[in-house]
Amino acid sequence: MSRPTGWRIIEDPDVRWFVPSGDWTVATVGRLDADLRAITRDMQAGQLGLDLGEIDDIDVTGAFLIDRTLRANDCAADPHLRVRGDNAGARRLLLLARQNREACPSPPTDLPGFEAVLNRLGRGAVGFVDETRGTLAFLGEAVVRTGQALVRPRSVRWASVVRVMEDAGLDALPIVIVLSFFIGMVIAFLGANILADFGAMVFTVDLVAISVMREFGVVLAGIVLAGRTASAFTAEIGSMKMRQEIDAMRVLGLEPMRALVVPRLIAMLLMTPLLAIVATVAGLVGGLMVTWLAAGISPVMFLERMNLYVPPQHFWVGVIKAPFFALLVALVGCRHGLLVEGDVASLGRRVTTAVVQSIFLVIIVDALFALLFLELGL
Amino acid sequence: MIAAVDPGVPAISVRGLTTRFGERVIHDRLDLDVMQGEVLGVIGPSGGGKSVLMRAILGLQPRAEGTVAILGEALDDMDGAAWRRLNQRTGVMFQDGALFSNLTVRENVEVPLREHSDLPDRLRSEVAEVKMLLAGLPPDAANKRPSELSGGLRKRAALARALAMDPDLLFLDEPTAGLDPVSAGRFDTLVRNLQRNLDITVFLVTHDLDTLGAVCDRIAVVLDGKIAAIGTLAEVRGAAEGWIADYFSGPRGRAALG
Repeated sequence: MSRPTGWRIIEDPDVRWFVPSGDWTVATVGRLDADLRAITRDMQAGQLGLDLGEIDDIDVTGAFLIDRTLRANDCAADPHLRVRGDNAGARRLLLLARQNREACPSPPTDLPGFEAVLNRLGRGAVGFVDETRGTLAFLGEAVVRTGQALVRPRSVRWASVVRVMEDAGLDALPIVIVLSFFIGMVIAFLGANILADFGAMVFTVDLVAISVMREFGVVLAGIVLAGRTASAFTAEIGSMKMRQEIDAMRVLGLEPMRALVVPRLIAMLLMTPLLAIVATVAGLVGGLMVTWLAAGISPVMFLERMNLYVPPQHFWVGVIKAPFFALLVALVGCRHGLLVEGDVASLGRRVTTAVVQSIFLVIIVDALFALLFLELGL
Repeated sequence: MIAAVDPGVPAISVRGLTTRFGERVIHDRLDLDVMQGEVLGVIGPSGGGKSVLMRAILGLQPRAEGTVAILGEALDDMDGAAWRRLNQRTGVMFQDGALFSNLTVRENVEVPLREHSDLPDRLRSEVAEVKMLLAGLPPDAANKRPSELSGGLRKRAALARALAMDPDLLFLDEPTAGLDPVSAGRFDTLVRNLQRNLDITVFLVTHDLDTLGAVCDRIAVVLDGKIAAIGTLAEVRGAAEGWIADYFSGPRGRAALG
């Protein structure tokens, strides 16, 4: 029959016995903690003894708690501490607990609210500058390395180029086609509706053709790649980094830039224009379907009008942007992969940052191109 | 601690265990009993299925055939509550630590306490610190993340987490691999100490001959999918032939065991 877990103080003429009783294990001592902290204050040093006679079961946690209570009264270190009660196991555990007591630094505390906001703001600003500089440096290095690799085509790892072309390019085709198709439809609907008010329904064709060719096809491809491929690159390279595979490559004389980044960059440069063209065609087909079914403009008429009134430069203005998007997505993805540190949280953070940054950059670069072409009168 | 279970019942009882990876058979109708309160050292060739055996006992590795019972309770018959009870009384230290990389060492050790005990926050972190020091970690490791620690310290942090709940059953997968001899020796003493003080059962996968000699009550040799030999170090050595004889009579074996 085991005693209930608890403790009491027995007053003898010259000593007060601290008597823990029952089970003192990790499962039972939780509720004693607060009381034990409280009693320690009104006990006098040198007068306290320890009675182990009523302990049934004890583990390191229980022993620690007893030791802590004694220590709070400067008793544990006292060589004359009286211990009575026959419990060899408890004595050994107490000794173990006592030997392993040293102050550990407390966890860092959070800054107060307002300071934390300022702190984050400051870090964000500095981080933005660092990120920009880092991205530019990485861009420069990657472009130079890719150039060097292309001069000597035998040094390029074409097997990985082809694999990335399949994963990042070919496998992205269905989603790009479907999205672009629907965007084309939506533009056609909007255009037909609004232009009909002006009796200029036929201009829907121009609207669809120009917007899809110049912007939507290629930007959509860029954004799908940013979400789909930049994240994959970061996760792949980041996991390799976490498992020290990158270090292994370095000591084996495989430069990660050449072995990992260059093939991905080449593959993306090859596949993105293709994706952009497919997206453009899908968008046009979407628009054509709507103008045909909802606005009564036959496909022949649609194509004829495109042929006559939409000069091919619109197509080239769109497609020319594809390699730039490819460069951005591949570089941002690879760069953040290589920046992953040892812990899981940093992998998650880097993947998120890679996706956010590459979508941001795709749209910003697209806007810059729009301004440039406007000034050039294209 | 194991008072609830008849001391005659084996802490771990494996019967007819067969495990496969695809076509490859790892264990072929393997039987093993680990008695309560003993330290069983498990040796065997690399890739011979020592760690897989440990995983199978813990229910992490699907069994093709056979039963595993822990403290008299068969894994197959356990419901959620029984698993929870089992998790509370088992501590596991995996080969490469398997620490949670987004938590600090102290937080890692607190995880089982948080999950399975009602200790108040402050006491919980105090207990976690005791376990850290017990496992031989320096105090300033408390706020570090596993990725900031050396390999040896990571091992100790993993041990501290395994010890967090003062388990009855401790599984250690190559605990001294990668430790310097001094730390390894300290580790051996620690395991012995804990085992004597707490009467825990230890399932110890190791290649370390010093550990075998210093810590283990019995030794089991996993070879060709079966337990090829089991007994005290002297018994296993005495009757050794084939791989086992090579194991003990190699220069490293002789040096360690004298």
